[in-house]
Amino acid sequence: MDYEKIGLMAGIEIHQQLDTAEKLFCHCPTRLRDVDERCGEFRRYLRATESEMGEIDRAAEEEMKKQDRIYTYYAYDSTCLVENDEEPPAPLNAEALELSLTLAKMMGMTPVQQVHMMRKLVIDGSNTSGFQRTGLVALNGKLPSGARIESICLEEEAAQRVEGDTFSLDRLGIPLAEITTGPDMRTPEEVKEVAAYIGMLLRSTGKVKRGLGTIRQDVNISIRDGARVEIKGVQDLGLIDEVVRREAQRQQNLIDIAAELKKREAAVGEEIIEVTDLFKDTESAILKRAKCILALCLKGFGGLVGKEIQPGRRLGSEMSDYAKKCGVGGLFHTDELPAYGVSGDEVRLLKERFSAGDEDCVILVADTRKKAECATGQIRKRAMMAFEGVPEETRKMLEEGSSAYMRPLPGAARMYPETDVLPVDISEEYWESLELPELITDREKRFATELGLDESLAKQMAYSSKSPLFEEAVLKGIKPNLAARTLLSTLRELSREGADVESIPGRDLIFLLLAVEEGKAAKEAVPEILREVAGGVSVSDAIEKIAPSISEDELVSLIRKLLDERKDFVREQGMRAVGPVMGVVMKEVRGRVDGKIISEILKKEIKYMISS
Amino acid sequence: MSIKSGDRVSCSYAGSELEGFFITERDGKAVIKLDSGYNVGIDAGLMKKLETQAPKPPVPVKIEQDESLPPLSIVSTGGTIASKIDYRTGAVTSQFEADDIMRAIPGLAGIGRFSAKVPATILSENMTPAIWKELASTVYSEIRNGARGVIVTHGTDTMAYSAAALSFMIDTPVPIVFVGSQRSADRPSSDNVMNGLCSAAAAVSDLGEVSVVMHATTSDDYCAIHRGTRVRKMHTSRRDAFASIGTDILGTVDYPSLDVKLSGFAARRRDAEPSLDDRLDEKVGIMYFYPGMSPAVVESFKGYSGLVIMGTGLGHTSSECIPAVRSLVRDGTQVVMTSQCLNGRVCDRVYDTGRDLLNAGVIEGGDLLPEAAMVKLMWVLGNESDPGKAAELMQTDLRGELGRCTPHGL
Repeated sequence: MDYEKIGLMAGIEIHQQLDTAEKLFCHCPTRLRDVDERCGEFRRYLRATESEMGEIDRAAEEEMKKQDRIYTYYAYDSTCLVENDEEPPAPLNAEALELSLTLAKMMGMTPVQQVHMMRKLVIDGSNTSGFQRTGLVALNGKLPSGARIESICLEEEAAQRVEGDTFSLDRLGIPLAEITTGPDMRTPEEVKEVAAYIGMLLRSTGKVKRGLGTIRQDVNISIRDGARVEIKGVQDLGLIDEVVRREAQRQQNLIDIAAELKKREAAVGEEIIEVTDLFKDTESAILKRAKCILALCLKGFGGLVGKEIQPGRRLGSEMSDYAKKCGVGGLFHTDELPAYGVSGDEVRLLKERFSAGDEDCVILVADTRKKAECATGQIRKRAMMAFEGVPEETRKMLEEGSSAYMRPLPGAARMYPETDVLPVDISEEYWESLELPELITDREKRFATELGLDESLAKQMAYSSKSPLFEEAVLKGIKPNLAARTLLSTLRELSREGADVESIPGRDLIFLLLAVEEGKAAKEAVPEILREVAGGVSVSDAIEKIAPSISEDELVSLIRKLLDERKDFVREQGMRAVGPVMGVVMKEVRGRVDGKIISEILKKEIKYMISS
Repeated sequence: MSIKSGDRVSCSYAGSELEGFFITERDGKAVIKLDSGYNVGIDAGLMKKLETQAPKPPVPVKIEQDESLPPLSIVSTGGTIASKIDYRTGAVTSQFEADDIMRAIPGLAGIGRFSAKVPATILSENMTPAIWKELASTVYSEIRNGARGVIVTHGTDTMAYSAAALSFMIDTPVPIVFVGSQRSADRPSSDNVMNGLCSAAAAVSDLGEVSVVMHATTSDDYCAIHRGTRVRKMHTSRRDAFASIGTDILGTVDYPSLDVKLSGFAARRRDAEPSLDDRLDEKVGIMYFYPGMSPAVVESFKGYSGLVIMGTGLGHTSSECIPAVRSLVRDGTQVVMTSQCLNGRVCDRVYDTGRDLLNAGVIEGGDLLPEAAMVKLMWVLGNESDPGKAAELMQTDLRGELGRCTPHGL
């Protein structure tokens, strides 16, 4: 696709969990829990409230369609009344504010003079209060690539959905930095590059959470004659360009459909007809079971409702998403029928009711009357939008990179002040005093040039969360290569074997590597020693157990004994005997001595033996 | 040029031109609402006023009332249940009509036909006995005028005092239901909707006394109906802060079904006229005894008509304070003993200190809650000048405030 020709514009919002000691508005730890560890649960309703300007946000209003929804929350011994929405928030977490300002400074932004926390209305249940607290911290920065950073906000993380309308409160309140770029990206690849660069900046602080779900990208995409669409929850950076590609494709197809509808002089039928009787003997389980089946006719939509607009998605899927807001399971449309147990006769009778032809499409919804009525209203609404092309929407990413409708784009009416948190002044002195961390890319270069790590090892080490430990080890005199290989490959291999390497303290790793450097333990024995340490043995005991130290005298007499036993072989082979005998010695000392030392002694002794 | 709340403003900041609506000025910083919805504080001096004005809030629709439903009255004293904060000025709006609360709590319209009265608009910590009187006379007139029940919206801080005051001042044949909210009405999770609907259900129920209806648990599952003289706010912030002490609750209102269940001992609706007796002697104090307290603290109540002591345990002060108590009583102050324990009954006949306090003229307050004892003492002294008879009234159960026996298991 020629993205310049279709006028692709894209921007991203990156939400990154910050690795602070406490949550943003209470003193609970930022630790995730297993739902089985919950110690309490409670249930609440939420409803949309008016903003300070007296309006109800359209996104919140949409959520209210799902009436009488009660949300269940799981509480833990590591969560408190603030997460339960039973206590006013504590003052803004200073560590989180400092971290977000540090990020702002790294991107050349200007801080606001006074941070005001806002309440962003979110009534899908993921926030016990019905809003997410968020504050604008800094404005207008730029990346080396030229991409503009519009703003950075400090927000609280939402509760984690366990399933359905049940949420877990351990995640609620973890600080999040929200970084918003300008709509400056013009190709899917560019979006991916910018996202990767910002990800690198975030990790350079060493104070962000790592692992699945700790960073989420929302992508804002539009094409010429399309509309701004926000796709939420791209967790995998590897898919972000595909998401952009598929959205551009979807918008282009919707624009084409709009043109086709106009050409056909299509129309959304006013009539909603109950057709429950038509399906009383149907083979379709869903329709047979339904209390009420309503149908409407989209004149001139034939073939277009079933047209694929992005992989796995049709215009019918979009209508179905809107209908689902009323609690129905989905819809049937005649573009895809007969199928799913609906017979050709039934389709013919259905179309006859509307005097519909091949160029028309009839849509069916089956549920209780109330839900079905709500759903037909939503379907008509979405069908009307098809004439305009692309509706402004918030969408959620599906697997593989397509997306489904979530709600309308929220407006400014969803924000109102968090009156329980005092504004925080950001003084110039404080801003000046903030120190910037070394960028991972700079660290990578330093590891390669100054410490002599090869390119790929330098990169791995620079991005690793173990890089501070690595630097400490090198400072203490451990060879960079030994430190890097141990911290990266050895630990990873042990972890794959099932050893609990995370439990090994950094000081034990350094102690062991120093022992290797001093010749007290062999490099070869490192994995085995660490396996013992991971199993709970102290590092000095593990060295003693796996590789009890062996004195040079003992080693020499051992080698002499082994050579004596192979006298004929050695005399015959001469110095060529070093290799084979080396293997035997190594087996005997089992990692207690470094191979280099053994090899030196062995050569000396063999030389002596053949010369004598 | 002066800039007013709601004016469209712009300023050069961070290398770009920011635009938004001016909200207010605080500590030299202009708070402006950017078009993204975010508020930020920026030097007020940087602001330039623009021509465009903020959009006017939409005019609210008039609410239709169903004439076939029972007449209910909502009497508001302020508090957060239906209040709206004007974010531009930070002020709480004072206008209050039946429409406002019916808009704030959709669902009320299906329970009753509402009229509204506003005797006060205050934060409940600013409540006074003078306002209790005004509140009592307003509620009384509403019942006289045919209200089948009265809902009093009230800040939660001193709601228990006001509920006790109305319990004594009005002999009511219909429910008088106090209700509030612990989480402000402007948040989607506010308890105001459930509490408001449950209070309305209680107001049309068979109940016939003054009560407090608030969340019974942290969940939105049901409200407890508490007796006005036995209820206490026991938590600073939780939804289920209110608890009945020394007695069972009067009943429950299920949510969202709004089914009301009343216990056997709750007073029932009667076909009778209400009566109002709002005389209070406001010169009554309450004193929390603590170890090492100087007798001078007791003496500072000299000239008071009444004093409620919150004593330790069974109802004690230190021996050192007893002479000061004795001289207070001698000078004509009625002194009533209650306990800091809140649960259980005062008994000054077990230890010497207690017996000395009785000798000094202290009246045992039984299982009266300290705040209810104070309100009752105001009312008793306002109505009875004979000290002996007043003392007897203090030990007589008038509005369910005193139990003859202390229930077990509480």
